[in-house]
Amino acid sequence: MKTLFKGTLFLLLLLPTTTFAQQVLTGTVIDATTQQPIPGANVLVQDTSNGTTTDFDGNYTLNNVADDAVLVFSYLGFKTQTISYSGQNALDVSLEEDAAELDAVVVVGYGTVKKEDATGSVSVITPKEFNKGAVVAADQLIQGKVSGIQVINGGGSPGEGAQIRIRSGSSLNANNDPLYVIDGVPADSGGIEGGRNPLSTINQNDIESINILKDASATAIYGVRASNGVVIITTKRGKAGDMKVSYNSSYSVATIANKTENLSTSQFRDFVNANGNAAQIALLGDQDTNWQDLVYRDAFGTDQNVSLSGGKDFFTYRVSTGFSSYNGILKRDKFERTTLSAALTFKLLDDHLKIDINNNTSIIKSNYSNRDAIGASITFDPTQPVYVDGNNYGGYFRWTQNNGSLDPNSNTNPLALIEQTDNMGRAFRSIGNVQFEYKMHFLPELKAVLNLGYDNLSGRSYGGTDAEYNSPNNDGTQIATTYNNVENKENKVMDAYFNYNKYVESIKTQFDVTAGYNYQDFRYPTSFFTDNGNGVFTEVNNETRLNLQSFFGRINLTHNDKYLLTASLRRDGTSRFTENNRWGNFPAAALGWKINKEDFLNESDVVSELKLRLSWGITGQQAVGDIYPSLPLYQTGTNTSSYQFGDQFVQTIRPQPYNSNLVWEETETFNVGLDFGFFNSRVTGTIDAYDRTTSDLIVFTNNPQGVGFSNADDYNIGTLENKGLELSADVYPVRNQNWRWRVGGNITFQESKITKLTLIEDPNYNGIDTGGFTGGTGNTIQNHQEGFAPSSFYVFEQAYNAAGNPIDGVYVDRNGDGIVNSDDKYRYKKPASDVYYGFNTDLSYKNWFFNMSWRGSWGNYNYNNVDSSLGFENALLTFDTYISNGVTNVLDTNFENAQYLSDYYIQDAAYLKLDNATIGYTFDDVFSDLSSLTLTATGQNLLIISDYKGIDPETYGIDYNLYPRPRTFLLGLNVNF
Amino acid sequence: MKNIQLTFKFFAVLFTILLVSCTDDLDQSDPDSESLLSSEEVYSNPDTYIKLMAKLYGGLATTGQEGPAGNPDITGIDEGESQYIRGLYVLQELTTDEAVIAWNDKTIKDFHNQTWTSGDAFINATFNRLDFQVKNCNEFLRQTTEELLDSRGISGDLRTQIGSYRAEARFLRALSYYHFMDLFGSVGLVNEDSPTDFFLPEQATRQQLFDFVETELLAIVNELPEVGALEYPRADRGAAWMLLAKVYMNAEVYTGTARYSDAFTYVDQIVNSSYTLHDSYEELFFADNDKNGAQNEFIFSVAFDGVYTQTYGGTTFLTHAPVGGNMNPDNYGVNGGWAGIRTTSALVNKFELGVDQRDQFYTDGQSLEIQDISSFTDGYTISKWRNIDVNGEPGSDQTGEFVDIDFPMFRLADAYLMYAEIFLRGGGGTQADALGYVNAVRQRAYNGTTAGNIPSGELNLDFILDERARELHWECHRRTDLIRFGKFTGGSYVWPWKGNVPNGAPTPSFRNIFPIPANSIAGNPNLNQNSGY
Repeated sequence: MKTLFKGTLFLLLLLPTTTFAQQVLTGTVIDATTQQPIPGANVLVQDTSNGTTTDFDGNYTLNNVADDAVLVFSYLGFKTQTISYSGQNALDVSLEEDAAELDAVVVVGYGTVKKEDATGSVSVITPKEFNKGAVVAADQLIQGKVSGIQVINGGGSPGEGAQIRIRSGSSLNANNDPLYVIDGVPADSGGIEGGRNPLSTINQNDIESINILKDASATAIYGVRASNGVVIITTKRGKAGDMKVSYNSSYSVATIANKTENLSTSQFRDFVNANGNAAQIALLGDQDTNWQDLVYRDAFGTDQNVSLSGGKDFFTYRVSTGFSSYNGILKRDKFERTTLSAALTFKLLDDHLKIDINNNTSIIKSNYSNRDAIGASITFDPTQPVYVDGNNYGGYFRWTQNNGSLDPNSNTNPLALIEQTDNMGRAFRSIGNVQFEYKMHFLPELKAVLNLGYDNLSGRSYGGTDAEYNSPNNDGTQIATTYNNVENKENKVMDAYFNYNKYVESIKTQFDVTAGYNYQDFRYPTSFFTDNGNGVFTEVNNETRLNLQSFFGRINLTHNDKYLLTASLRRDGTSRFTENNRWGNFPAAALGWKINKEDFLNESDVVSELKLRLSWGITGQQAVGDIYPSLPLYQTGTNTSSYQFGDQFVQTIRPQPYNSNLVWEETETFNVGLDFGFFNSRVTGTIDAYDRTTSDLIVFTNNPQGVGFSNADDYNIGTLENKGLELSADVYPVRNQNWRWRVGGNITFQESKITKLTLIEDPNYNGIDTGGFTGGTGNTIQNHQEGFAPSSFYVFEQAYNAAGNPIDGVYVDRNGDGIVNSDDKYRYKKPASDVYYGFNTDLSYKNWFFNMSWRGSWGNYNYNNVDSSLGFENALLTFDTYISNGVTNVLDTNFENAQYLSDYYIQDAAYLKLDNATIGYTFDDVFSDLSSLTLTATGQNLLIISDYKGIDPETYGIDYNLYPRPRTFLLGLNVNF
Repeated sequence: MKNIQLTFKFFAVLFTILLVSCTDDLDQSDPDSESLLSSEEVYSNPDTYIKLMAKLYGGLATTGQEGPAGNPDITGIDEGESQYIRGLYVLQELTTDEAVIAWNDKTIKDFHNQTWTSGDAFINATFNRLDFQVKNCNEFLRQTTEELLDSRGISGDLRTQIGSYRAEARFLRALSYYHFMDLFGSVGLVNEDSPTDFFLPEQATRQQLFDFVETELLAIVNELPEVGALEYPRADRGAAWMLLAKVYMNAEVYTGTARYSDAFTYVDQIVNSSYTLHDSYEELFFADNDKNGAQNEFIFSVAFDGVYTQTYGGTTFLTHAPVGGNMNPDNYGVNGGWAGIRTTSALVNKFELGVDQRDQFYTDGQSLEIQDISSFTDGYTISKWRNIDVNGEPGSDQTGEFVDIDFPMFRLADAYLMYAEIFLRGGGGTQADALGYVNAVRQRAYNGTTAGNIPSGELNLDFILDERARELHWECHRRTDLIRFGKFTGGSYVWPWKGNVPNGAPTPSFRNIFPIPANSIAGNPNLNQNSGY
């Protein structure tokens, strides 16, 4: 306030008192802080098109200025000045830096730092950068926007989950998901029965910012769960002032963009006639049914959200409620969400006590429809009708055996799957906290913070099948089936810490010291009924529980506003490990050097920001799938796994596998980064290079024969290396009063390699198979092996004939031993990208705006499991009792038998996608001052450029019956008053 | 300053109180769960010992703690494929003239081709299933010592009962080590005295395994209750006799020293015991074979139930997998076929078709010779395992998915044929008895008539090997039998698609034993791979 006041005074002193009509005005615009001229600043006569920009020396000349004109001086990053013209012919203006811009903060865990003082690799994304469109979860908002984080959503159903990887995964068998911290509450990882994407429980309209912590110095303070990076989601809060109302509304329609290329009805008929036996040919019908057309639809959706915010000096509030309803393009698929969010802040005791209260509650109701219909719509015989008269199966055409019962091997009428089965979900989540922040009265530099939070989830999935959907039982009756699965999670968190923050003038050093304690408790209660073998049902109550606790400390030193040092130490304990192995220490340190503050750059017109960052740190991982991986426990069996002793069936008890020697998996990260800004921040960007080594890698691997209780257990055995380079930049080629054009881009290069996987060096060891797919039983297509990227495809090399066509069942004898067996498999490509990138642009002209986001990936390969499982003759003509359709690829390969493990199906899945484009217009002051109304039109998933042969190259690596990502068009309305 | 100190002290005290109470929560060794129990909860409760015992047996039948699949005993493979009997079938039958399979599951076709490798997932799974059994038995023995039972206050009838349980556990462990010795030759040997923490077991030679199995069985044979004294299908003294007989029968293969006269000792006890041949061959493999009379022929069997003992392996696999083509699943008491396994003409040609009741080949729409192993209709299939009872009613699972049929691991007809073989190999017995036992088996096969009886002149070893195929096909004995007769590998006997050649080709003799799985070698540097692999 003080400097602003001084600046205004300075301006007032400059105001001459003479008055003339239609004057020529000249002057200089300078930076109030540095007293340097600002080139390119805008000078405009308000409500006219009369304006100019300053030259390289900050000078401007403006003609035809009327006496009563109001002059507007503006420049990005500075507060706009409005001055009433009073006839003078020279007017010099000094602009104040915009405090909001300057004080842009990043949330770093147990506090915030000014962005310019951050030493770690942290990216911040705010609503103006979010992806637009029919979006219900935070991960979709940031997809393609940040280097070093890759978001691949699981498909085109509304609220679908996603795989999110920050700097690849640091683990092999342990969890690779980042930690999500929602308003200070580290959220439960994973979802809930009957739910959808766990991030869709937070209404995207309520999100104020998303901070992504990538390197160890940033994440280490979250220690225990931070090896895979941290995503901090902060929701909006009210500001003191009159009540503000914001209303968002959107309507969308989604259509299927791409269908799987299966044989057309006539192609199918020709194929069966040419290759089938008499019994199979006799099965051909006379219809022409396009099953894919029948299972998909145009799907409508809407999202409505209202928020109220405001407050006084001592109390601010924001409450909002949202309702979203999206149909999926698969018939019956529906996502319906109601959210309620409240954020209250109290400032008491002369601002010494601040209390923040947050709550985000959501109820998601889902109709999942039946995803099996996606595959069935490709494979169901197109010569058959949807309905037939007078059968036992509700009139739906079904394949039956010669005894009239359903053929259990055959596929099912896709519409019967959708219409005769119910698959519903209902999930509730409430996540909230109360944070007390007390600045000591006697020592205001010292704060005590107590944060109490909870994250409760409860969900239920339920449904079943109609009686007529099922085969008759042995007694001839058809019986409806039902299921009902309930899951609850009750999680608590407590943080208590002190923060001491003081600037010591004598040594020009700012001290910011934090020390505290963190307690997290996760309880997963379940109950189910079981039959004791004599028809008596008893209820079994279980609760699994995970407990994590930590002590942490961090010191931030800033010397002379140039040199930054951060050091932190966290000591974490987990209930997953035994008492002796429970605690791990996780240190981190970082240095920052604001080079632009040095004398040799301080005066530079070119460099506006230049900061070098170096960091090192160790983070820990304990999130193996099992809650009790190192404890000797015993598992009871269900009644269906009993064993007969005489005339009774005895339920069993089994010792559970455990490894009491299990310790923390540790990831050591080095990071070097450079933040830069040139030409008054018209060009800004960041470069980061990292090297991460995970040692004591928890690998689920074989026990020595004779040891343990199962064949495999968790061991700290391997080493995994991840390296990468990340660049991101924003450029403003045009920035003036009317036009504003920003081009942003980011690119990430990454490489992962397993460097150790076994106790001993064994050249014959084949590694760990992974990547189950559809086709056969228990087949895998991927493999972890020393010296290769995790989950590399592990395949046979296909042999081709002279014409270049693959030969059915002939593979290259790679080891030359004369027989082709599994020793001839090799590792070929991998699903992870070598490079991924995004670029986006915003263009605005007056109140019009346009933006679009592109995103791409290179070096990633897919296993085309659709072609491999549906592209050979025996898949179409398996039995004499039914026939099924396949993909057109069968006509290319002419394969008779399945060749699941052929490298023919490992296909380049590099892509470039136009994710979304939006055009909009904002009406200012429509209802009153400061009110606005914005209309937008958005298209999503507009373009895919790829050589990949399936419907969509973006998968988790194994492409099988992906729910097609629709093309969506959306109209949006935003009103603020 | 004083204020500050006081405040700090206050917070320090508060903090300490808070932490001491909280850090206890890091100890979760006794979960508040009714299905996940601490060892204290298990062993202090007298009701749990029978459940632990049920798992030792159950490990032969089920694959995890949630039937038919879920919470598996063994990971890294489809649960159904990790089932004990299904694993034995793959290794003992698919590798021989008795079976081929159409499926594309991983390396399943390598078995009939005899081209398997040490990285094979089926071999790995079977190895691990045997190991699972051994380790579970060891744990039971470790936890039921006199001292521990005393300390847990276990007494009375239960204490007596546990005595029998312990002998049964040692039998089950010996059974799995017998399978280890037969299939893999030389593996790690652990018992209840082995460390419970991580260690690297030493590899025992095949001779050492033989000695261990022999010693164990001799030690428990008289601790086990008399034949028929235990409830079905627990292992009694007869099971130990039969296992001893099997071990001695193949001793020459395992150790280089023939022990036929020792085999005779135990086979003789069996044939003179209370077991009786059931009058119907086909009913031996029916849903009610635990009570239709067939059980009187069973020396040791693995029990399955369509409702209470569900698995995708075992007899559920054996019943579904050979149903396909134009077969009507109703005839087998199941909801549908899996269209996988058939047999080669080499087995079919050993039968007097249409007369011998053991000819259960399904030929309609099937060709005798196999052009394409992947095509289900190439090769006759066998309708041996049927989930119907003697009245033709289907088994207890109303959906027809899981079957009730018990799997006879050892039965009297096998012992009869062993008697004859021992006699022919000079191990003991009389020709009259040998011929009598063989003809008893054949009389049942020929509908109770003597039409199939053979004269003493035809009683020779080749006849015995073929008769064993006719009587015991698809019961997981074939590979062991062929090896004992020197006909499994090499060129002295070839069958269709042996060596991946339509008419059969010789295979190298190192394939008489399977490789130690590469996973196990990688996990324990003390293990050496079998030669040839």
